[in-house]
Amino acid sequence: MDRNQSRRQVAAMKQSLFDQGLLDEQFIQLEELQDDANPNFVEEIVTLHYRDSSRLITSIEQALKERNPLDFNKLDTLMHQFKGSSSSIGAKKVKAECNLFREYCRAGSAEGCMRSFQQLKREYAALRKKLEAYFQLARQAGPQETACRSK
Amino acid sequence: MAAAGDVFRQGLPEVGAGKLHVLAVDDSHVDRKVIERLLKISSCKVTVVESGSRALQYLGLDGEKSSIGFDTVKVNLIMTDYSMPGMTGYELLKKIKESSVFREVPVVVMSSENILTRIDSCLEEGAEEFLLKPVKLSDVKRVTDFIMRGEGKKGVEKSHKRRRSDDCTPPSPSALHSKKSRLSI
Repeated sequence: MDRNQSRRQVAAMKQSLFDQGLLDEQFIQLEELQDDANPNFVEEIVTLHYRDSSRLITSIEQALKERNPLDFNKLDTLMHQFKGSSSSIGAKKVKAECNLFREYCRAGSAEGCMRSFQQLKREYAALRKKLEAYFQLARQAGPQETACRSK
Repeated sequence: MAAAGDVFRQGLPEVGAGKLHVLAVDDSHVDRKVIERLLKISSCKVTVVESGSRALQYLGLDGEKSSIGFDTVKVNLIMTDYSMPGMTGYELLKKIKESSVFREVPVVVMSSENILTRIDSCLEEGAEEFLLKPVKLSDVKRVTDFIMRGEGKKGVEKSHKRRRSDDCTPPSPSALHSKKSRLSI
């Protein structure tokens, strides 16, 4: 596969992630911070995000087990952190799920929290899988036009 | 050896003569990495810490009496997240503004939550600006350019900032614009 074809594939994959509502403008903002000296900046940031979010998911799961009653404040705080991290990488749909979860926290709905958390985990896993494929393809295709910072 | 106050009163680097030194404070590892990159691209020297207490430690404001000969660290701008465990960005802002050495250092507060009362209290406490997260390169460039030009520093330009004193004049258009741009969705 020639370089241009690879790059077109990468661009198409990225566009698809946007079309599906999975990513937002923040992802583009991060890409614009890449340059020759920092060609994998976005992937590095996303990897850090995975580390933080895995830890937070575990904490939330633990907190959801400590019922009677659920500590909604604690859950809301944990989810605030999760949301922040997701927002920082442009994870649009995951961020929306975070907001929903927080609404259930505020409403004091244990059932709502549990349901929306399951949904959130699904969205998170789906995005993670797609991003992993995206970065793999991007690395194969080599530096792209988006890495256009002149410094 | 210059006294602590003098070290700061040497003022900002003249445009082109040096880089701004920015202290960034955020408990999120992701956000620390991002803000560091944004600041480096904006030609700043960056120190990043993970909490308000670490920030105070770095600035020498943690109450630890250092040995004689402690040179105050020089910082031209502090950018802090609002929601942090332990000390919030607001509490850090207050401590900085209470310090005779660092009270003139501009402090920018960052938050993912667009809460008017929060924005108001930060501005009232002397924050230079309140930025909504995720922070963009254009935000950072605007803030650092502003500071490099030496605007919003001492003197007349600062008079519109509401203080705890009985100054009741309404915010100037530029402060309103800062607020307004934060409110757009």
